[in-house]
Amino acid sequence: MALDTLINLSFLIGAVFFVWGLRLLSSPDTARRGNILAGIGMGIAIIASMVMPMSGAPNNYGWIAGGIVVGGLVGYTSARRIKMTAMPQMVSVFNGLGGACAVVLSMAELIHYYDGSVAMTSGQVLIALLAVLIGGVAFTGSMLAFAKLEGLVWDNTLTLPKHNIINIVLLIATLALAVWVLIQGVGGGVLLLIILLALTLIYGVSFVAPIGGADMPVVISLLNSFTGLSAAAAGLIYNNQIMLVGGILVGASGTILTVLMCEAMNRSLLNVLIGGFGGGGGSSAQGADGPQVVKEVSSSDLAIQLYYSQSVMIVPGYGLAVAQAQKVCKEVDDLLEANGVDVKYAIHPVAGRMPGHMNVLLAEADVPYPKLLDLDDANSSLPDTDVVVIVGANDVVNPAAEDDPGSPIYGMPVLKVWNAKHIVVLKRSMRPGYAGIQNQLFFHEKNKMYFGDAKESLGRLVTELKKL
Amino acid sequence: MESVYMFFNENLLLIYLLLFTIILGFEVISKVPTVLHTPLMSGANAISGVVIIGAIILVRQAQPDDYLTLGLGMLGIILGMVNVMGGFAVTDRMLEMFKKKKK
Repeated sequence: MALDTLINLSFLIGAVFFVWGLRLLSSPDTARRGNILAGIGMGIAIIASMVMPMSGAPNNYGWIAGGIVVGGLVGYTSARRIKMTAMPQMVSVFNGLGGACAVVLSMAELIHYYDGSVAMTSGQVLIALLAVLIGGVAFTGSMLAFAKLEGLVWDNTLTLPKHNIINIVLLIATLALAVWVLIQGVGGGVLLLIILLALTLIYGVSFVAPIGGADMPVVISLLNSFTGLSAAAAGLIYNNQIMLVGGILVGASGTILTVLMCEAMNRSLLNVLIGGFGGGGGSSAQGADGPQVVKEVSSSDLAIQLYYSQSVMIVPGYGLAVAQAQKVCKEVDDLLEANGVDVKYAIHPVAGRMPGHMNVLLAEADVPYPKLLDLDDANSSLPDTDVVVIVGANDVVNPAAEDDPGSPIYGMPVLKVWNAKHIVVLKRSMRPGYAGIQNQLFFHEKNKMYFGDAKESLGRLVTELKKL
Repeated sequence: MESVYMFFNENLLLIYLLLFTIILGFEVISKVPTVLHTPLMSGANAISGVVIIGAIILVRQAQPDDYLTLGLGMLGIILGMVNVMGGFAVTDRMLEMFKKKKK
């Protein structure tokens, strides 16, 4: 009896730690403690679930220990070894595995239901099916998101003609089959269940396929909330409150984060999901006024221009992350600061592939906090800025968002870099950004292009600056 | 309709728990500054690994000769554990860097 109470108390403490941890995670000073607290909560819950008295259970501790050791080692080493820039991919993979776990569990339960060894009410079958559906989409969706971010799959290769219609048909078919499975009851059989699982997994891929570029953070956040919901559904199967509370917490937080990100882009979630940047009529952004020329700038000219200006604003984007250029960027910053140039960073909420992606990168390079300006602060200080240096950002500085109603990103708040006195864009080539739309900024009269890989370009700039 | 009423009355406490957790989740998250969005997403992701508890219960209940369930359960534990361990470790690594530059 006493053990029972202790176990229940442990689960309760674990759940409170989750909530409290998330709360501490919301402030920079306490964030690390929050994460550790949530981790401790998880540890308590896992231990409690192992010692929890279960009458007549064979326990099979060997299997459990094996799974925990293997999973723990794989998770820990991959988290430690991963490069800072590959963080979004990693989070996406971890998230997908969580979804897969919920699927595996529910499948095991349902297999027992069909072979007659366990009786389940139709309510329980419904919950298990929900866990399969949501977890399955989270799994394959996250894996595709990983492949896209890793550059294994190019954004447009997976989109079929009329992809949105295919998606809707696929979704309806999957849901209809799920309802059919539910109505059939025990008579349905495992084969039907496996077909349902296959359909779900295909839908997960198809669901993420048309989404790309700047929308990637939104979809990862959404899939994260899916994993939470599937964990909550699994919690209902096992009548386990901490799974329920943890899952719902993640579901709610993932949803609110998704909404916040959509708001930052001034788009609705539905628009993000079916819109597929670049897919729908993005051609209107093409200027009609004849051949346009871009001006190029050399390293030495740029070095001089930056060195003798009053204020410089750096706009980092995904290109900075890909090139791993954050440290060189900081070096340029230091050299300029040494000459009394005021260097600031303008961080667009969706710059990079995850919210806060740029903050993490720059923090790694020891760029102090107060130098990072958010969208509003950056826009208000841009008119007083001498030179804006755009490092691998594109869509977040596209003027089409302001003045071209035909553009897919029209209405999205952007950094109004054209208000500054001069613009320099560091870019590998003239290829359009991830959103697949041309950027008129490159042809702007104030703009000069500085071509090359961000890290090499900034490296050349450092050499030139040191000569001055 | 009668069964809906019955379900509502019987699971009242559960419905309370669900609703309050949803509200709590919204409230806790909506105040987070943009800087912390990535670590937060990653931390929340680690918490969603709580599903591992289901896998542990599944393995504990399985008959020692039921290799299908044992295999699936162990697979679930591995998947869940990667999510938990990797998620918390990655989040800690991100936050570690925030700490450093504060001095």
